[in-house]
Amino acid sequence: MVGFMGLLAGRMRYMQVDQAEEFRLLAEENRINIRLIPPARGLIFDRTGTPIAENTQNYRIVIVREDAGDLDLTFAKLRELVPLSDADVERAMREVRRRSPFVPVTIADQLAWEDVAEVAVNAPALPGVTPEVGLTRHYPLTDDFAHVVGYVGPVSDYDLSKLENPDPLLQIPKFQIGKVGLEAKREDVLRGSAGTKRIEVNAGGRVMRELSRQEGKKGADLQLTLDHGLQNFVQARLVGESAASVVMDVRTGDVLAIASAPSFDPNLFVRGISVKDYRRLTEDDHRPLADKSVQGTYPPGSTFKIVTALAAHEAGVVTAGETIYCPGYKQLGSRRFHCWKRGGHGWIDLHDSLMRSCDVYYYELAERVGIDKISEMARKLGIGVKHDLPMSAVAEGIAPTKAWKQASYGESWRVGDSLNASIGQGFVLASPLHLAVMTARVATGEGIRPRLIKSIDAVEQPVLTDGPLGISPTTLRQVRKAMYSVSNSRRGTAYRSRLLPEELKLAGKTGTSQVRSVVVDNKAVPWEQRDHALFVCFAPYDNPQIAVSVVVEHGGGGSSAAAPVARDIVARALHGDLPPLDIFPSGERDKIAEKWDSMPLRREGNTPGRSDRA
Amino acid sequence: MSYLEYRVQTVPTGLRKILHLNWALVLLLTAVASIGFLMLYSVAGGSLHPWAEPQMKRFAIGMAGMFVIAMVPVYIWRNLAAVAYAGSVLLLVAVELFGTTGMGAQRWIDLGFMRLQPSEVMKITLVMFLAAYYNWLDIRKVSHIFWVLVPVVIILLPTFLVLKQPDLGTAILLVAGGGIVMFAAGVHWAYFAAVIAAGVGLVTAVLKSRGTEWQLIKDYQFRRIDTFLDPDTDPLGAGYHITQSKIALGSGGMTGRGFMQGTQSRLNFLPEKHTDFIFTTLAEEFGFAGASSLLMLYALIIVFCLASAMTNKDRFASLMTIGIAATFFLFFAVNMSMVMGMAPVVGVPLPLVSYGGSAMLVLLAAFGLVQSAHVHRPRDRS
Repeated sequence: MVGFMGLLAGRMRYMQVDQAEEFRLLAEENRINIRLIPPARGLIFDRTGTPIAENTQNYRIVIVREDAGDLDLTFAKLRELVPLSDADVERAMREVRRRSPFVPVTIADQLAWEDVAEVAVNAPALPGVTPEVGLTRHYPLTDDFAHVVGYVGPVSDYDLSKLENPDPLLQIPKFQIGKVGLEAKREDVLRGSAGTKRIEVNAGGRVMRELSRQEGKKGADLQLTLDHGLQNFVQARLVGESAASVVMDVRTGDVLAIASAPSFDPNLFVRGISVKDYRRLTEDDHRPLADKSVQGTYPPGSTFKIVTALAAHEAGVVTAGETIYCPGYKQLGSRRFHCWKRGGHGWIDLHDSLMRSCDVYYYELAERVGIDKISEMARKLGIGVKHDLPMSAVAEGIAPTKAWKQASYGESWRVGDSLNASIGQGFVLASPLHLAVMTARVATGEGIRPRLIKSIDAVEQPVLTDGPLGISPTTLRQVRKAMYSVSNSRRGTAYRSRLLPEELKLAGKTGTSQVRSVVVDNKAVPWEQRDHALFVCFAPYDNPQIAVSVVVEHGGGGSSAAAPVARDIVARALHGDLPPLDIFPSGERDKIAEKWDSMPLRREGNTPGRSDRA
Repeated sequence: MSYLEYRVQTVPTGLRKILHLNWALVLLLTAVASIGFLMLYSVAGGSLHPWAEPQMKRFAIGMAGMFVIAMVPVYIWRNLAAVAYAGSVLLLVAVELFGTTGMGAQRWIDLGFMRLQPSEVMKITLVMFLAAYYNWLDIRKVSHIFWVLVPVVIILLPTFLVLKQPDLGTAILLVAGGGIVMFAAGVHWAYFAAVIAAGVGLVTAVLKSRGTEWQLIKDYQFRRIDTFLDPDTDPLGAGYHITQSKIALGSGGMTGRGFMQGTQSRLNFLPEKHTDFIFTTLAEEFGFAGASSLLMLYALIIVFCLASAMTNKDRFASLMTIGIAATFFLFFAVNMSMVMGMAPVVGVPLPLVSYGGSAMLVLLAAFGLVQSAHVHRPRDRS
């Protein structure tokens, strides 16, 4: 007996004194867990400081299997309190069975406060079920910024597979990362960095208390150059059309509004979009998910004549006063290139050709100057260049050259291709962004670059420019003057879409780009076969401040479908609010008044709250 | 010895018996039980509920019982020994037939106010009966083969019943406790050598029988043996008890982590922390100092019992005291070996400290018998 007790004492001593350090370490490892604290995502504001993307409290309920006991019973009780779909329950059940018994599994997300309160009050009857609160992204302005800002979503296996060395934060289930648009492109600054907390857990894995906490770094706040009021107006003005518009400040390159219609509610994607909603968005022939403002490229049509005119005059192959005869067509070998006006414009110079959008004049210019000069001018004006905007799938567009055609098609360039290109048909492709940049550069003579982010965490981002374009001021002045006449001369193609006050005078150019090669009456063909309507303009004419481009897909004529839109946008942008009707020509006022009444504008102080759970 | 002898000697009578109690033993028992209350209070997270308070009540009842038993002349107990043994065996049979199953074993009879574990009672009545047997037996026949086989049967009968429950820990305690009484009674050492040799053979047979038709013990018992041999093979499964227990014990260090500061027990890493594994909580919170103090208290209890037995000329009283001391020793020796990873997990509580009604009451009753033996020991006339 004595011997055995000695043995016990010896063993005790060995374990508790000699090996104590080792066991103490094991005990610490047992109880201490390190968990990541997700940082709050950076907020996104418009130029006036109005929130575009914010983080809101997200109430959810989680279940821990080992505490729940009878799962079926618990779920049944829960369904009496909280609206849960069969699919929700089934998914949660599967998840719960798959995971370790002590891992909390989310049953329902994005719950209303009332539902969560209901669960909290009934907690004693719901073992293992706890309400939790976290942060989730919310876009208070819903549809308005869907394309430019994009949206976040829970990180997917696919997202992880694309990364070499993923941030450990991404391993947090349902961690939100930018999926599309600015949210995705500036994920680097918006995400922030993770904090850590050391927590004590018990044998069941339950968190007993927090031992220490090291806060993470919140993501940087972004202030955009966009103006939420103008953006809302533009978006509302485009409702019903498949269209896009870009509004730029010509002096700084600030993008004031960049809209694509129809739009969608990005909040749907944050929560995980339902199949029904997603199908509705993908099956719409107006393609709500596509961002037409930067992804969509269109033949720029007659708006491209600005480029052709500048290229030819800068090359010296034609002078401003020189007239060219338009018989209604240009004969090139056996082919006849028609002017839109079958009867022809007669003798016509730069000013009138732009004002009245004569095609033959530009066929002639193109034949004289050649495609490479036109292409060079296009690039100088920002067409065929990929602009560095933090948005998804920003298109490069096409400013074709001889070499380009050889490389892409394996065919040599023909003069006919030049003729087509001269009036913005054929190979030329530009997005509304390209057209806005072009217009801004023509208005200022500066190679201004578009800018979307005004400041990051209050650090102002630089205004970037390629410097003066190097186009002679005289030529630019003549083109601008012709653009002024487009909108303000009785014979101009956009005369009806003029603004009366001198300080709001706009200078524009219409464009109609053919979807099919044979010109027919647009009203007589199905929607998807009608021509695209385009309009570009800057204003005010004598002191340019903004440049606007509008593309209405299958809208018909630029003067009828696109120019009025651009006019309204200019009026709204320069006036700062919904302008009075007396700035419009008297004949148009009734139509405009009616239009504005029907527009789904967001009233100030009436930002829609979070819509109900889908 | 006969009843007459008591009359002629100066055995205290009436309330004077109280003065002749082994008070040191009473104090030691109270000290050990108090450590138990403290630990139960600690593992409940600083609360008298749900363990410390019922345990204190049982201790009070048990103490009262001990005094009552101590007042009864020891010869009455000797005369009751055979009845007590038979009653215990009947209870074991009853538990087999009507008992409540808990923790995978059939061990309890619910008496309404408490749950009685007949196997606990058996440990004491067996010792009593063996002591009475050797008291009756002519000392010269002790090593005679027939008179050795009789107590062997006396021991094995309840052992088989206990094994059937199944309760390996109690079975080991019964065999070892009975064996020690036989050894103390003077049975020739060769028998023990033979039994130990047979035991080794049996263990080998048991281990070999695994997976065969005639497997002798249950799978979980095999797993416990495996776990004991190498707890690290399955640290989250069957080896969990041992591993966590060792971590708790070892992390206590020299002076422990402080009262109610043990992370292992407070955070539920320790299984059965209020019953079989309560020693680990003590070792974690009070370190080597606390654990060895408890061992010291136990040792003193054994010493006082043995001292009492040595000086007692009543053969029954002496053997019974030795048997009870041995059983008590086996209790804590097996329990401590188990939690320190020196023996397989067999489910033996730490005497007077672990939470549990039957063990506490039975042990205190046993010490009542020791006290009775002490009080009523034959004295010289002088």
